[in-house]
Amino acid sequence: MQRSLFSYIWRYSKPEQVVILILVVLAQVFYFLSLSVPKSIVNNGISGNAFKDTHTIPFLVWEFDLSAIFPGKVIRILDGFQVDQLDYLIIMSFIFLAAVIVNGQFKRSINTQKGRMGERMLRRLRYELYDRILRFPPAHFRKVKQAELATMIKDEVEPLGGFIGDAFVQPMFLGGQALTAIIFIMMQNLLLSVIVLVLLGAQMVIIPRLRKPVLLLGRERQLSARLLAGRIAETADGYQEIHVHGASNWERADISERLGHIFRIRFDLYNKKFVAKFWNNILSQATPFAIYLVGGYFAITGHMDVGAVVGVLLAYKDLPSPIKELIDWDQQRQDVQIKYEQVIDQFQPEGMLDEELQVVPDGPPPPLGHELVLSGVTVSEDGRVKQLDAVTLTLETDAKIAVIGGAGSGKDVLGQVLARLVPPSGGSIKIDGNDYGRLPEYILGARTAYVGQETYLFPLSVRDNLLFGLKHRPIAPARYDDDARMRREAFWKEAERAGNPPFDPNADWIDYELAGATGPADLLPCIVKVLKQVEFDEDIYSLGLRGAIDAEQRPDLVEKILKVRHVLHGRLQQPDYASLVEPFNADRYNGNLSVAENLLFGTPVGKDFDGDNLAADPYMQTVLRELGLDRDLLRMGLSIAETMVELFSGLSPDNPLFEQYSFISADELPNVRLLLQRLGGKGAEAVPEADRVRLTTLPLRYIEARHRLGLIDAAMQDRLLAARRAFRAGLPPPLQDSVEFYDFGRYNDAATLQDNILFGRLVYGQAQADQRVGTLIRQVLDELALRDSVIEVGLDYNVGVAGKRLAATQRQKLGIARALIKRPQFLVVNEAVAVFDGRTQDRIRDHILEAADGRGVVWIANRPAQAEPFDQVIVMQGGKIAAHGTKAELEARGGLYAELMASA
Amino acid sequence: MNLNEEVEILKRVPLFSKVELAKLKLIAFTGERMTFGPGQEVCHQGEPGDAMYVILGGVADVLIDTPTGPLQVAQLKKNGFFGETAILCDAPRNATIQANESLLTLKISKDMFYRLVSEIPSMAIEMMRELALRVEDTNRKLSEATAHKAA
Repeated sequence: MQRSLFSYIWRYSKPEQVVILILVVLAQVFYFLSLSVPKSIVNNGISGNAFKDTHTIPFLVWEFDLSAIFPGKVIRILDGFQVDQLDYLIIMSFIFLAAVIVNGQFKRSINTQKGRMGERMLRRLRYELYDRILRFPPAHFRKVKQAELATMIKDEVEPLGGFIGDAFVQPMFLGGQALTAIIFIMMQNLLLSVIVLVLLGAQMVIIPRLRKPVLLLGRERQLSARLLAGRIAETADGYQEIHVHGASNWERADISERLGHIFRIRFDLYNKKFVAKFWNNILSQATPFAIYLVGGYFAITGHMDVGAVVGVLLAYKDLPSPIKELIDWDQQRQDVQIKYEQVIDQFQPEGMLDEELQVVPDGPPPPLGHELVLSGVTVSEDGRVKQLDAVTLTLETDAKIAVIGGAGSGKDVLGQVLARLVPPSGGSIKIDGNDYGRLPEYILGARTAYVGQETYLFPLSVRDNLLFGLKHRPIAPARYDDDARMRREAFWKEAERAGNPPFDPNADWIDYELAGATGPADLLPCIVKVLKQVEFDEDIYSLGLRGAIDAEQRPDLVEKILKVRHVLHGRLQQPDYASLVEPFNADRYNGNLSVAENLLFGTPVGKDFDGDNLAADPYMQTVLRELGLDRDLLRMGLSIAETMVELFSGLSPDNPLFEQYSFISADELPNVRLLLQRLGGKGAEAVPEADRVRLTTLPLRYIEARHRLGLIDAAMQDRLLAARRAFRAGLPPPLQDSVEFYDFGRYNDAATLQDNILFGRLVYGQAQADQRVGTLIRQVLDELALRDSVIEVGLDYNVGVAGKRLAATQRQKLGIARALIKRPQFLVVNEAVAVFDGRTQDRIRDHILEAADGRGVVWIANRPAQAEPFDQVIVMQGGKIAAHGTKAELEARGGLYAELMASA
Repeated sequence: MNLNEEVEILKRVPLFSKVELAKLKLIAFTGERMTFGPGQEVCHQGEPGDAMYVILGGVADVLIDTPTGPLQVAQLKKNGFFGETAILCDAPRNATIQANESLLTLKISKDMFYRLVSEIPSMAIEMMRELALRVEDTNRKLSEATAHKAA
């Protein structure tokens, strides 16, 4: 990247800058006109100087006087016409107006084009910086803070975008304006113009000097803000350590110190800025002072006409702002240049990956090659400690090799070198005679796979994470209708103007062939197979049951799920399962649902009827009031409150029983007790308005079968059912989307797959009801061959930031699955199974070996015993290969191999 | 069965006989009521235990694994309780409990059990008495058995 911002801008925006410059020059003509016309208006139109001797004057005469070259030769193009003084005034005034409007139009057009150019350049710069992140050498990521990278690309280059539009145009435009004004003043009076020039000169020398410290402080501010962003990200990353070590106040001290530092910089900045501003104002006002004094004197003494003085004043009125802006521009230039340098310095680390390594392939990736030869490979960060020490090794990419060794033996570094994650600092790696380091990344990505001890997952769905390694190039373009296609094409054209690649993320990037599928239709079986290999299918299946689908998107699946519901409810009639589930029945009160759920009889969508909002909802309140249920609920609320006070009063507030069982939190309990005391048994009528909603929420949470306070008898059930019907019948249209009513024949979008299948609630207090019904659901799903469909729904589960919504073992399984689905020709598993228990480790290893039929696996073993089923074993010690051979050979030799095996 | 009826039953359980009414209500309210069908196992010998049970209705068989198969050693009836040893000693279940007929129990989780015992001393004493009686009973049976063998 260019060191100078100016040459960077010039290089990428030359044609646009030229167009804008031409516009700027043209604009000056009209600008000059808007200055000179007022003079004619005052002198001729108002004072009538030109009309002193004659009634009319010729107007709009356009002729070229060539008498200097050809004596007496005058070419007249327009004859013009005669005007009197009033006509002249009117015409000239309109010309003035027109000049102002044209001038304004020019300004608008120039500004728009500048803006577009600036935004394009900003886009280019941001893209280029991001592109560089993708090409950073892996080791560099240990040195940079991610938050700082983000701030630089997002915030720090932002002012550059604003400046880029002005980089060349502003000095030209403003300089042109200033020059025009000065020339105009010069034409009026030389002495005045000299005074103006001297004063301007003083401004241009003094102001930048005053602003120098402001610039320096600005740089400091930028650096401190970047560090602050880094620190904040550290706090978020290290939250566990901060809590575990009780170090939050240490962190507070650090941040307060930094904020204090930033405050000092910013306050200094204000001080210095306003001092500069003060002097700027004084100096710019000194000029009109001089014009008034000197110009006035000339006018009085008759050396100048009044119109000229007014003209000079007008010209001057416009002069300080271009001059001031010019000074501003110069300051901005320095400021932005500093920012630019500071940013790009961070983006050119040593050992950037070559652009050619990341080319976009135009066809399927070629095979990897067969023979990988490491000769004298050394890895050392500082040149002294050698993690790998002159390793020489030849291996076939289709061999099954285990690497064993103690901690610090270098076996993990060997794995990283084989996956090209760590470049060797000495020696060479060749694949079939070619430099392994020059192999394009897409071949490496498609033909090899690597799983380390930790897996990073993107905050996307399980599916997107799983298929991440299949996206090397767009396989099939996205389909657009004509309109959308046109918009997309304009979008790509614009992308190319800003030097961005016209890739389409909407295209299908998944390389199905790599996964062993022919297209999207038969990808699912491949996914399920891989999930089974890492024993993750069961988890995804459970996630699928807890997931939801959009009925409109998947009408086929919805139909099948409704079928499952039917079959399941048939099975639930069998004596074995009777009384385990209470189905939703619109005409019956469901004792295993809360009162609120019984009233709503559906799944709340959005916030209107969710949780405790139901009691506060005006529509629900109306329904209850009309049926007289509000009083009953209040009475139930009082009864629950009394019971809770009786039951929980003696317990300490931190008793977990509160949280698990009480309707009222420990903090609230004293208030409720006070309320009850105030009421003194006067009943529901006496409850103050303010406490009613709170008391009404209590019975709404009440589940008869669970809480067993005997509050809901048959009569009460009937009244609640009446309220359920009234609520549904009168639901106003704006609220109709707020609830999805239970309906046996319909799929409920708002509920999970499992709830849709169950269409009822597990009955409280039935031993193992959960497991038994769960097993039954699975059984029915299996019978209808829907297991894979449920897994498909589970694949939509979002894994959260860095995959934190999954357990560590699940993340690792997904990481391994992501490598396996590519069916890599050469797979490196670098102690990737260490998080699992011993048996699972061995099982997953066997699955991987089984799946890698005819393809290569390098297994960096976390336990030497894992080497058991491999053809070859490499024994490492101290960064060197201590032994290499088949198991039988190594056993015969004994030594370190035998030692390691004995220790396992 | 609502809470008050449950409390009436709990009152007659010796383990809770000295517990005041309000606490009894709390036990009933926070305890989980569990129904087991005939033949269903409440807990299995050797598995870790996380709760004790009070029988509110029905009969449960106490089975112990022997080389020749499970052997029924006792029956528990209404008001009886079981499962306390596993949670007191953090030991695996020392017997299998199987519902003989439809069995209604109050399940008291380990956490809750410790809380109740620490907040209600009379319950701890009652439990000690019951455990002591069981030891006494076992000793008696043992001496009878040895006498029998000797004879």
